[in-house]
Amino acid sequence: MSRAVAPLVIFAVGNPSRGDDALGPRLAEQLAALPPTPAWELVEDFQLQVEHSLDLCDRQLALFIDAGSGTPAPFSFYPLNPRAAFGPSSHALAPEAVLAVFAQTQQAAPPPAYVLCVRGEDFSLGAPLSPAAETHLAAAWAQLETLLAQPTPAAWAALATAAPDPR
Amino acid sequence: MTFNLETAEHPEKLRRVAIDPVSRVEGHGKVTLLLDEHNKVHQVRLHIVEFRGFEKFIQGRPYWEVPVMVQRLCGICPVSHHLAASKAMDQIVGVRHLTPTAEKLRRLMHYGQMLQSHALHFFHLCSPDLLFGFDSDVAKRNIVGVAEKHPETAKKGVLLRKFGQEVIRMTAGKRVHGTGAIPGGMNKALSRAERDELLKDIYHIVAWSREAVHLARELHATNPGLYNSFGVFRSNMMSLVGIDEQGPGTLDFYHGSLRARDDNGKLLFDGVDYCNYQQVIEEEVKSWSYMKFPYIKAIGKAQGWYKVGPLARVQNCDRIPTPLAEMERRDFVDYAGGTPMHAPLAYHWTRMIEMLHAAETIKDLLHDDDVLNGEQLVEQGERAWEGVGVIEAPRGTLFHHYQVNEDDLVTMCNLIVSTTNNNQAMNEAIRHVARRYLHGREVTEGLLNHIEVAIRAFDPCLSCATHALGKMPLEVELVDAGGERIHALARQ
Repeated sequence: MSRAVAPLVIFAVGNPSRGDDALGPRLAEQLAALPPTPAWELVEDFQLQVEHSLDLCDRQLALFIDAGSGTPAPFSFYPLNPRAAFGPSSHALAPEAVLAVFAQTQQAAPPPAYVLCVRGEDFSLGAPLSPAAETHLAAAWAQLETLLAQPTPAAWAALATAAPDPR
Repeated sequence: MTFNLETAEHPEKLRRVAIDPVSRVEGHGKVTLLLDEHNKVHQVRLHIVEFRGFEKFIQGRPYWEVPVMVQRLCGICPVSHHLAASKAMDQIVGVRHLTPTAEKLRRLMHYGQMLQSHALHFFHLCSPDLLFGFDSDVAKRNIVGVAEKHPETAKKGVLLRKFGQEVIRMTAGKRVHGTGAIPGGMNKALSRAERDELLKDIYHIVAWSREAVHLARELHATNPGLYNSFGVFRSNMMSLVGIDEQGPGTLDFYHGSLRARDDNGKLLFDGVDYCNYQQVIEEEVKSWSYMKFPYIKAIGKAQGWYKVGPLARVQNCDRIPTPLAEMERRDFVDYAGGTPMHAPLAYHWTRMIEMLHAAETIKDLLHDDDVLNGEQLVEQGERAWEGVGVIEAPRGTLFHHYQVNEDDLVTMCNLIVSTTNNNQAMNEAIRHVARRYLHGREVTEGLLNHIEVAIRAFDPCLSCATHALGKMPLEVELVDAGGERIHALARQ
């Protein structure tokens, strides 16, 4: 018997020991504290990797939550398209690259996917969230509540802004 | 000691090319090249800053928190830090020998880590370069390209990585931030259901790992001129070697003594208790880099640097204790012609031999009922004040050294991570590539990729432990002698 898969998967990414990189884990904590629901599944990790493409299987919608540096404040919410990324080490994939891995290894289009990018200011080791990030966190949580109230591609498309220029 | 191409004579007259994965966020590296007006290379340096501050961060923490906390050092191999710290803290609680169950569970966790990390590296980082060639179009030189041409290879890579993660999850208790190892032992055994779940897939995993070795070997055989010479430099090699029923010298990622060979394969030291690592290794600080440069004390700074990781381990050991990987090791040694292989691209081949060994070891451990024994997980002993834990992490030898006071708080922490051990070796590799491919030529994206190919062979921890959206994974800047940016290349 196959496992029932929640239609929405939420990836929350970041290192809680690195200042505002903890924005993703902090939002994950708040999500985990909500009453259990079959509507979505939370996946928390330091960073995205190829195996996260498997978490996209059989989903109808995906959300990637991450801190941003030099990105719009308090947050940006935008759609994603698969885009292969290629870096100097194997340590992390961009959300677009996870979609690309899914597309190629599953030979199928990934589910509609969005990014909730919360602006961070200070990524120092051992630092707490910066005051600005605390403010951004509150705003992002309000956005997340709105998104979870209507977890459909159409509703999210209406809330999204254009994706930033990848350059 | 200043190495050739390490420091230019008149840097103010040269233009600077920086290959910068990400700027500002701590936890990354960059390459700078100083070229003159004729594009002749005068200086090449790899800068890595990622571990700055972590040793201070650990000080003042209770020792029992450390194995969990150090996982935040690296998002890609947290298990290596978790286990190296746990080994050090075993000594703090006076335990020199774990129960058989605890040691086997830690090995299972560690070999799962080696499997997933090596799979990720080869299938999703290096195989694009190796399969398509370094000058191929960037759009093709990535997983999409691999998947199009070798669809099953990419899929198996994802599944190998996933399997390794599952081994970690079941032994550490969680997918991330696991707490499986504790000072003196482990806090959980495998359940029978977990063991059976892993056993269902292990034979595929072994078979796919073997295919990967053959793919790597085939690449070398196809173009030996390139694979045997690209970025090549000679150096000493260092690793742990373990002991088995045949005596010392076996490949062992979890435990053993330190062994080093010179560039001709002659033993420099052997059987060194890693708790005494400071008797054989020293670390040099250079003004231009945040990362230290370790070297073998007896040889000195100039010639004492070494490489670690798969290429060093597979050639440092006398044998591999699993049959398929041992067969592949012998094949590799034969290919090298009885002399040590120093080509950086041979890291990929040896990495796959190690992945096969990890898969075989996992299979053996899963068939050992000791891993199901939840009764005998922790030992106790007499409290000590100092502990050293050393492990062979995917990228090479990893040292964790701590002192703890009577209040159980860490007062001293010294880490030598794999990337630090390879610091000079990576610098030498990119200098060789710069001399061979860039010298006197117009810098192009394809040529700069050659530098990255050399770096990727070592797969350094450049961007681990932190990241943020909005950062370019790679940016290349050409800056003139006046500091003005005259040209830039960006990698998405």
